Amino acid sequence: MALPQAKQDTTQARLSALALPQDGGWLGAARDAALGRVRAMGLPGARDEYWKYTRPAALTAPKAGTAAVLVTDEAPVFDAIDRVKLVFVDGVFDAEASDAPELAGVEITQLAEAGAADIHWAKDLYGVLEAAGQVPVERPLAALNTAAAEQGVVIRVTGKAAKPVNLIYRHVSETSDAMMHHVVRVEAGAELTLLENGPAAARLNSVLEVDVADDAAFHHVRAQGRDHDRVAATHIFGRLGTRSLFKSFTLTANGALTRNEAVLELTGDDVSAHVAGAAMGDGDFHHDDTVFITHDAVNCESRQVFKKVLRNGAVGVFQGKILVKEGAQKTDGYQISQSLLLDDDAQFLAKPELEIYADDVACSHGSTSGAIDEEALFYLRARGIERAEATDMLTIAFLAEALEEIADEALADDILSRLESWLLRRRG
Amino acid sequence: MLEINNLHVKLEEEDKAIIKGLSLSVEPGKVHAIMGPNGSGKSTLSYVLSGKDGYEVTDGDATLLGEDLLEMEPEERAAAGLFLAFQYPVEIPGVGNMTFLRTAVNAQRKARGEEELSAGDFLKLVRAKAKSLKIDADMLKRPVNTGFSGGEKKRNEILQMAMLEPKMCILDETDSGLDVDAMKLVSEGVNALRDAGRSFLVITHYQRLLNHIQPDVVHIMADGKIVKTGGPELALEVENNGYADILAEVA
Ligand SMILES: Nc1ncnc2c1ncn2[C@@H]1O[C@H](COP(=O)(O)OP(=O)(O)OP(=O)(O)O)[C@@H](O)[C@H]1O
Ligand SMILES: [Mg+2]
Repeated sequence: MALPQAKQDTTQARLSALALPQDGGWLGAARDAALGRVRAMGLPGARDEYWKYTRPAALTAPKAGTAAVLVTDEAPVFDAIDRVKLVFVDGVFDAEASDAPELAGVEITQLAEAGAADIHWAKDLYGVLEAAGQVPVERPLAALNTAAAEQGVVIRVTGKAAKPVNLIYRHVSETSDAMMHHVVRVEAGAELTLLENGPAAARLNSVLEVDVADDAAFHHVRAQGRDHDRVAATHIFGRLGTRSLFKSFTLTANGALTRNEAVLELTGDDVSAHVAGAAMGDGDFHHDDTVFITHDAVNCESRQVFKKVLRNGAVGVFQGKILVKEGAQKTDGYQISQSLLLDDDAQFLAKPELEIYADDVACSHGSTSGAIDEEALFYLRARGIERAEATDMLTIAFLAEALEEIADEALADDILSRLESWLLRRRG
Repeated sequence: MLEINNLHVKLEEEDKAIIKGLSLSVEPGKVHAIMGPNGSGKSTLSYVLSGKDGYEVTDGDATLLGEDLLEMEPEERAAAGLFLAFQYPVEIPGVGNMTFLRTAVNAQRKARGEEELSAGDFLKLVRAKAKSLKIDADMLKRPVNTGFSGGEKKRNEILQMAMLEPKMCILDETDSGLDVDAMKLVSEGVNALRDAGRSFLVITHYQRLLNHIQPDVVHIMADGKIVKTGGPELALEVENNGYADILAEVA
């Protein structure tokens, strides 16, 4: 079926503005295949059902818009955590600003170099999980990323990493347009914590493909910076093996437009897969969490916990789906999406979905949207706590369930302190 | 200590008067009890005094140690020394009881220009007071009142009172939902706080509590007013005969 003309035009205009890499080799082949997917699907348009609540125009335009660079003397997130730092400036790897990529049990290669080498495991992953994740719902921006990204890291984990790997995304140029594609393979029994922080660029398109083998664990904590004007589309594709653990948490404070997609395929039995997010929006802020979790094995547990604090015209979106395939018995699926609206101008749109083809499953989902609980607020004030502080306490309490999804206490405390500062900066 | 003068209160949202010309004066160091039929306005009085939204004062005034209570924010009233033990303490999931207590104690200290308690000193203090109320470490760690039994909630109110050391304590049916032993514990907690500079207004339906916390004055409230004031014997009369005789007498 031919694509609508408008979609063809948008797609063609975007592709024309890109200098597509011409490297050949296995990476070149993967990119070519992805380019074919982009052409076949076309980039998202405002009429697409999957983009009903979020306008994709800024993400699909030929050029990035302008985004002021936030200047702050606040210490960066994760600064106090012992970790291996890999710095990307406007989406381009900066070796000088980075640590040596040396960590026992972890092999780290830049994507640019990986293409020239015959890294067979990466070949089986790059663009592969993304391609698999195009069914049943298309994610063309991810395919575009596979086709065009030249930056990113390729990480193989063979043991229990002693410390986290931290991808640090600095935003320096007001019109930067970044594309990064990371590939992670956590081998059987291995463990890695991956940290990402920073706004990355005026516009970011990022893809993270994660293959978690049997008995392996992958922890992911991400903070998307505090820049106000930046726009971002991110995708996480996960394939999770038997008894593996996958935990991802994202903090988004500010940002004119963010679309975070997580697509997880539970392929082995006894998997535990958690995706969570806390989003804080004040004013020109549109934040969209789109999650698709497929249970294709027995006795797996998945959790989606998304909380949004919105004020002053901020908009929150949640589209979350749990798909339980035939035979995926004893599935325990949980999904909650909630927004706290701090005034009448904020808005939350949610589309929670369950699709179940097995009979012995326990799935629950809920979505709520509400204001601060006046009874609780009065109770705190009656004990002498000022209105602003009491409101912040209740706001943090609202976010608690999402924060609890961060397993490491030091990381959780760091994120919590960011939430508290964000609120503190807004006290009247 | 607390002076209420011809107080009239209606609901903000509708034209319904609830307190209809209530006057009351509690002297420093005294314990006053208020008894009265369901719906007579006792809790409303406690809410209006502590600054809850939703009520409109149409006439009269209320002062605490000479300061106009009704002009203050709820937190200012608390810092000025007013404390309400809620009839229905609110559950606050996500806020740890300990964090809540420490924030409250320090907020009041700050408002009064005093130094904040160090984490160590606070912990010592809260442990000692919790122990005397048989509140275990687990209850301190859990979110405020969340999943607490009725009696645990009431003991938690008294713990807050003990930590905050207010000057004017209003206890709204703190005895309801308490078993016999808990009633003794709570009463002992209250009695331990009795001193010349602190007053109590104890709202209750049962004379039994007043055996433990002996009042100096007992008021009967009906239809938004104090209709009779007397000594402890008034509570006994209510216990034995109900309100019918008293209400008939003043009608
Ligand atoms: N927000 C409100 N909306 C509607 N009616 C209210 C409200 N607050 C109080 N009232 C009404 O005012 C009256 C007094 O209520 P209040 O709770 O003060 O009584 P009370 O004396 O404490 O009763 P109890 O002994 O049952 O605790 C009742 O008729 C109650 O229904
Ligand atoms: Mg009452």
